[in-house]
Amino acid sequence: MSATARPSEMVPGLGRRVGSLRSERRWALWTAYISLIIAAIVMLAPPLYMLLTSIKTSAEIANLEGNPWLVLAPTWENYAAIIGNPMFRGFFYNSIILTVCVVVITMVISVLAAFALARMKFFGSQVLATGVFLTYLVPDTLLFIPLYQIVGGLGLLNSIWGLVLVYPTLTVPFCTWIMIGYFASIPKELDEAALIDGANWMQMLTKIFIPVALPGIIAATIFAFTVSWAAFVYPTAFITRPDEMPLTIGVVSQLIRGDTFAWGQLMAGALIAALPPVVVYAFLMDYYIAGLTAGATKG
Amino acid sequence: MAQVSLRKIVKEYEGGVQAVKGIDLEIADHEFVVLVGPSGCGKSTTLRMIAGLEEISGGEIDIGGAVVNDVPPRDRDIAMVFQNYALYPHMSVRENMAFGLMLRKFPKAEIDRRVNEAARILDIGVLLDRKPKALSGGQRQRVAMGRAIVRDPKVFLFDEPLSNLDAKLRVQMRTEIKKVHQTVRTTTIYVTHDQVEAMTLADRVVVMNHGVIEQVGPPQELYHHPRTRFVAGFIGSPAMNFIPAKVEARGAGLVLLLPQGTELAVPEHRVARYQPYAGKSVTFGIRPEHLTDTQNVNKPHVAFLTLTPEVIEPMGMETLAHIKLEGAEVCARLDPLVEAAPGVPLPLAADMNNMHLIDDATGLVI
Repeated sequence: MSATARPSEMVPGLGRRVGSLRSERRWALWTAYISLIIAAIVMLAPPLYMLLTSIKTSAEIANLEGNPWLVLAPTWENYAAIIGNPMFRGFFYNSIILTVCVVVITMVISVLAAFALARMKFFGSQVLATGVFLTYLVPDTLLFIPLYQIVGGLGLLNSIWGLVLVYPTLTVPFCTWIMIGYFASIPKELDEAALIDGANWMQMLTKIFIPVALPGIIAATIFAFTVSWAAFVYPTAFITRPDEMPLTIGVVSQLIRGDTFAWGQLMAGALIAALPPVVVYAFLMDYYIAGLTAGATKG
Repeated sequence: MAQVSLRKIVKEYEGGVQAVKGIDLEIADHEFVVLVGPSGCGKSTTLRMIAGLEEISGGEIDIGGAVVNDVPPRDRDIAMVFQNYALYPHMSVRENMAFGLMLRKFPKAEIDRRVNEAARILDIGVLLDRKPKALSGGQRQRVAMGRAIVRDPKVFLFDEPLSNLDAKLRVQMRTEIKKVHQTVRTTTIYVTHDQVEAMTLADRVVVMNHGVIEQVGPPQELYHHPRTRFVAGFIGSPAMNFIPAKVEARGAGLVLLLPQGTELAVPEHRVARYQPYAGKSVTFGIRPEHLTDTQNVNKPHVAFLTLTPEVIEPMGMETLAHIKLEGAEVCARLDPLVEAAPGVPLPLAADMNNMHLIDDATGLVI
């Protein structure tokens, strides 16, 4: 190179000085920090407000004078009331049963389906794989009316087992899609080596694919867990009996009486309900990211 | 250990494209056969059909006296080493090697004995408890070979196993593979596009091109007596020189007339063979080591010519001179002490005892 531009020189055509790498990086970092701080404030303000409200007395919440972001007399009474309420414990228990069943059903179906679609080439497998993903694009607000008919026909309205039946319509397509991508990223020679070593298809799945694809499986499991723990439309439509309600609708339906909102308990209940997903994400976030980005780059 | 027979093997893909066009090959017990050829010649497809990883469109594959066309890979009693090693990443080296035996429900003591024996042969005893990601490329390839050895199969299949290694390691592993074969003597079919690997490893080399076998034979036979222009050009590095020439009668003998007007006398013992081509255009083939400087040349049937090199490549033990002729690029191998320079006419000696003449119409060596 005969000519090199020094940092202070003008670059023809660009109309600005060439910045050094350090100053350009500094600008990029500033922009990133400012964006992230704004995003963090927007994201964290609601949960913080919930937390502050949950540790206020009803009188303090009702007092509209003063700063709502300050807590004058912190109290655990809302948490005590919620945890001491057998109905709330019932909602929590229902949510756990529902979520565990849905996650297990989802993972069994999607791992088997994804393995077949990704590896056992058969007529129409490509179309089927795309079809599986397309079903995920149909929103639950469209499906709940026909599903109401089906669940009603099976006599499973007002039962969490009805929800166990319908939640996989939300979770299986996306989890299968994630797993297809993950299985497809596993080199083909691994199955060929296993076939030659003497494995049948099921042994290949259980002894090679599932252990190798564990990050993908964990990502799919977290997704299924989150969707079934947080689902709102289906339980609202299918459940009216309090003893069969999961947390999402139980808290809302039992703590809002007409125009009376038990805000403190509502917020405490919502925070307790949010705790399991937070714990799961905190421990498995690395796996989740690895699973969702599998195959994005050459490994 | 077993013989392998391929009879009229065809592989046809959807749309009628034939990757393998009816090849026949007999591989003897204990033999080390290398399938070699350029990309897309059908060598890997042939190997994968033997392994059972590709369906056979036509013909028969026989391993150890039994036709295996419809036998799944696990029941063919073969072991395969892949280009990218294909080690199970979540298993230790020991588990990788033992996996096939565990699936076949071998007793634990027998599995341990075989794994330890293979580890001893391959010198990977200290690596047994490591995971593949903690191994270098060469170590991974050894483990892949170990996984094949412990099975004690009828046939070893190698699919370009050294292609992912750097040049130095490739040479080292080549020797290792040869040593292993000398130790275990299992019938081996090895696929590569590297003719040096083919020459150094094989008892017999199978040269493939466009889905057919061009020639089968021991490395030296292929090198010195290629049957076709393709084999002559593919085997040997640097490749054989091909120069357009015309056969002319000169008295009782024959000469080759080269494009720039040089005449090279054909040795008397070859005159009868080349006589039918008198007056016709052919291709003159000569290997670089038979087109040398004129020092210390006192063999019979050497023809002298002077050519002007374009590029000189000193290699240390030899010097390569690249010469552009009308219709041909020619390479000559010179003694490193010979002074040669680009653009300076260089006297050369062609050893006509090792010449080849190729019929342009058929591509066959005459």
